[in-house]
Amino acid sequence: MTPAIEVRAVEKHFGNVSIIKDLNLSVAQGERHAIIGPNGAGKSTTFNLISGYLSPSSGEIRLNGNVISGLRPFEINRRGLSRSFQVTNVFARMTVWENVRCAVLWATGHRYAFWKNVDDLPEVRRRTAEILEDIHLSHRRDVPAGLLTYAEQRELEIGITIAGGANVIMLDEPTAGMSHAETERAVALIRRLTEGRTLVIVEHDMSVVFGLADRISVLVYGHIIASGTPEEIRANPKVKEAYLGEEAH
Amino acid sequence: MTSTAASASDIAAKSSGQNLRFYGLWVIAAIALVVLPLIFSSGGSLTSFSLIGIAIIFALSYNILLGETGLLSFGHAVYYGLGGFAAVHVMNAVAARGWPIPLPLIPLVGGIGGLVFALLIGWVMTRRAGTVFAMISLGIGELVGSSSLILRSVFGGESGISTDRTALPHIFGWTFGPQIQVYYLIAFWVLVSAMAMYALTRTPLGRICNAVRDNPGRVEFIGYDPHVVRYLAYSFAGFFAGIAGGLAAINFEIANSAYLGAVQSGMVLFATFIGGASYFFGPILGAILVTYLQLGLTSLTSVWQLYFGIIFIGIVMFAPGGIAGLLMMHRPLIRAGTLGMVIPSYLVAALPTLALACGVILSIETVARYTVTGGEGNIVKLLGIPFNTTAPATWGIAAVLVVGGFIVARITWRRIAEAWDRAASIARDRGYLA
Amino acid sequence: MLELIVISTLNGVLFGMLLFLLSSGLTVIFSMMGVLNFAHASFYMLGAFFGYQLTKWIGFWPALVLAPLLVGAVGMAVERYGLRNTHKHGHVAELLLTFGLAFAIEEIVSMIWGKSPVDYRVPAALDFPAFTIFSTNYPAYKIFMLAISVLIFVALLIALKRTRVGLIVQAALTHPHMVGHLGHNVGQVFMLVFGVGSALAGLAGVIAGPALVTQSDMAALLGPILFVVIVFGGLGSLPGAFIASLFIGLVQTFAVALNGSLASTFGPLDPSIGPSVLTDIWNVTIAQIAPVLPYVLLVVILIVRPMGLLGTRET
Repeated sequence: MTPAIEVRAVEKHFGNVSIIKDLNLSVAQGERHAIIGPNGAGKSTTFNLISGYLSPSSGEIRLNGNVISGLRPFEINRRGLSRSFQVTNVFARMTVWENVRCAVLWATGHRYAFWKNVDDLPEVRRRTAEILEDIHLSHRRDVPAGLLTYAEQRELEIGITIAGGANVIMLDEPTAGMSHAETERAVALIRRLTEGRTLVIVEHDMSVVFGLADRISVLVYGHIIASGTPEEIRANPKVKEAYLGEEAH
Repeated sequence: MTSTAASASDIAAKSSGQNLRFYGLWVIAAIALVVLPLIFSSGGSLTSFSLIGIAIIFALSYNILLGETGLLSFGHAVYYGLGGFAAVHVMNAVAARGWPIPLPLIPLVGGIGGLVFALLIGWVMTRRAGTVFAMISLGIGELVGSSSLILRSVFGGESGISTDRTALPHIFGWTFGPQIQVYYLIAFWVLVSAMAMYALTRTPLGRICNAVRDNPGRVEFIGYDPHVVRYLAYSFAGFFAGIAGGLAAINFEIANSAYLGAVQSGMVLFATFIGGASYFFGPILGAILVTYLQLGLTSLTSVWQLYFGIIFIGIVMFAPGGIAGLLMMHRPLIRAGTLGMVIPSYLVAALPTLALACGVILSIETVARYTVTGGEGNIVKLLGIPFNTTAPATWGIAAVLVVGGFIVARITWRRIAEAWDRAASIARDRGYLA
Repeated sequence: MLELIVISTLNGVLFGMLLFLLSSGLTVIFSMMGVLNFAHASFYMLGAFFGYQLTKWIGFWPALVLAPLLVGAVGMAVERYGLRNTHKHGHVAELLLTFGLAFAIEEIVSMIWGKSPVDYRVPAALDFPAFTIFSTNYPAYKIFMLAISVLIFVALLIALKRTRVGLIVQAALTHPHMVGHLGHNVGQVFMLVFGVGSALAGLAGVIAGPALVTQSDMAALLGPILFVVIVFGGLGSLPGAFIASLFIGLVQTFAVALNGSLASTFGPLDPSIGPSVLTDIWNVTIAQIAPVLPYVLLVVILIVRPMGLLGTRET
């Protein structure tokens, strides 16, 4: 089967500085894949490259077998890849309901329609209500997103990301800054919402990573030094030396 | 799942209730537009209403950019003006060739004129948002404004191009000679355009415009190209501005380069922002106020534009939501029943604030008349009291009012803020404020 | 012809240097604070009118020093009491504030000094021809303007390379997001930069006033051209602003000096065609389209190179 995401020999330079060097990554369909690595290893850059926020200096990225490197973010999104952001990135002046609904519109085929009443689209309404229910924000539906608590904004962020029904979901540190209880709730949420889809996640919290991921890739200085199941990664001496050894103690 | 279904049907019920209120409001607006000239039937008020109607459409079209999509344009009059010129040329052609196009359809010609130019130039213009867009819009405004003086055959040079609205085919025996008939024509287009623009805010495109305003970067990751969204919003704004320009051409029976100019662009920005860009009805309020002030102040003072500038700066600094924003701030307090807590502080603040305002007005008028007459004695009348512009007493009173008023007013403003915080926190506790 | 080229080049460079006195301040303010100061040209106008008034009271030379300082003080007050309070509402609100200010300043100036040009004359000490090329006397005052502009240009360059604030400004030009990390005195740096920028605009006004027309619409006429200059040069690029200032200064000066039109080059059109857009374009002289040229350049650069000549930022 074609992998959901395949990154081949991707490099990214900013001026003379090379952030990503010979990056190779393969994420199978339906797999939950975590990318870990020390700060500054290039995890966010990898996300930005795959989702089209940046284009690679060289190399190739494929989504479900089709080349997406060089495409604009919205083109990649329309091909079924959706990502969240490390820093909360919602539509602050719009209500929670409007936030999620906007994320549903393209996928339900309404696009730039200016001849339809947006309140009068049953399919959109149903999906929006479902997602609000899923992310436990139904009771906050009429609150402007900018006024939500931090944890609620993180949940809304996940809601916006999955709302379009993309089959490849990329979450950038979804539990950053959350309390222990909030993290557990968020992990349960992610597990449930990405059922049957492909998930790529960047995460610092090792309990989240080892609890959630089927496979893990370790990124150090813009290069993947190991890729495997959680057990393999735990046992890998290179990983221990480069990463876990420093951070675990 | 059952709760999802329940909440979805809730929403359906809620939106049908909203629909009822929504149609009710438009019916009331329509009735008001019909009845208005029957109550105020003087020629002067008919002219004012006509101008206000045109200004409402123009300001609402501007708000498609500013309030809905977050695009700050300094050159929106380009579309108003081109709409006006398109209308005048077609009116003259209709009159000369005897085409069967009645006058009530001419505003649509203006709209198409605005739309075509917006479609042509909009793609390059809307590539960026924010400050760059603002600067480019200013540049295009200047470009079209200056070109209009060169292309004399199209724009008629300094004097403009005039037309005769009664020369078009009449329908239902209406010649559109009398101002009352022109008023009703404008009122009809105000209603139609306002409804269309309101409807636009409630379409998928309208909502995505809001999303682009709030966070263009994120929009790219939910499948939309913000550039296309801005382009479409820009085209709609051009279309409705063109309708307003077409109506202006009918009303004045002339189109000239002033239609396209920087002053016109500035006025629509003032009207929209003073009224409040965050609410649909804000620009309507602003258009009414600014047009009314423009008509009223010109006869009272020679420096009326300065007052606009001061009001505008005050709104930008202290009430960026405009008048509509100020009004709507009170809604949760009314619902929570805590409005009574802030009213006394308003009343206390009213007196020193008024004194400050009087001081500012007295200073401005004194200086204005002093310089015009080159230092000779001149009388300013304020609240019925005559002040001699050369008398030191006048200058002293103005200074005392400004300085004293400001010091006292500042204390009372702080009291308003405190009272407001108390009232708002109770409203929050009662669940009327997020 | 040669005479025209020499004189126009001189005048063009002069106008370009004046533009740079304004656009450099505008660029630095924009880069550091994110504010496009709409009122920048208004400070230039204030400089001219302050210069005129002070010249009447205390003479030109004291006015040359005092008027820019006054304008700088006004600028610092605007930053301290206006922009700083508006900052929390975002850049659009700041831009609108300066727009309102530009409007109000124009009204105040025309209220005090009237709408017609004031009699701001070249000081007697400089009112003689500096040299004669061909048959044209080149006024000494223009040479003086050029000298002042070049002097300020050099002083700015040194200030930028040698002083602490200069280094901060340089850092801000290349890394605008880092300005926020300057520490507790960021407010003072902003106020200072805004004040110096305004004072430079004021100085440009004081020296340009006698040579050009000192009138209450001079800000509205020059303001849009300034925006063209900084977009054309590339937002946030000082060298870009310099090149664009000179370029636009030269283009406009040459255009004004040229009286040719398509009709004078290729002969008049057949009169039977009648008036149309074509005859308008055919008969218009280059001098007449001079006011439009900067905006045409703006459109061209936006299509060809949207980030401007030397711009690197996508903002």
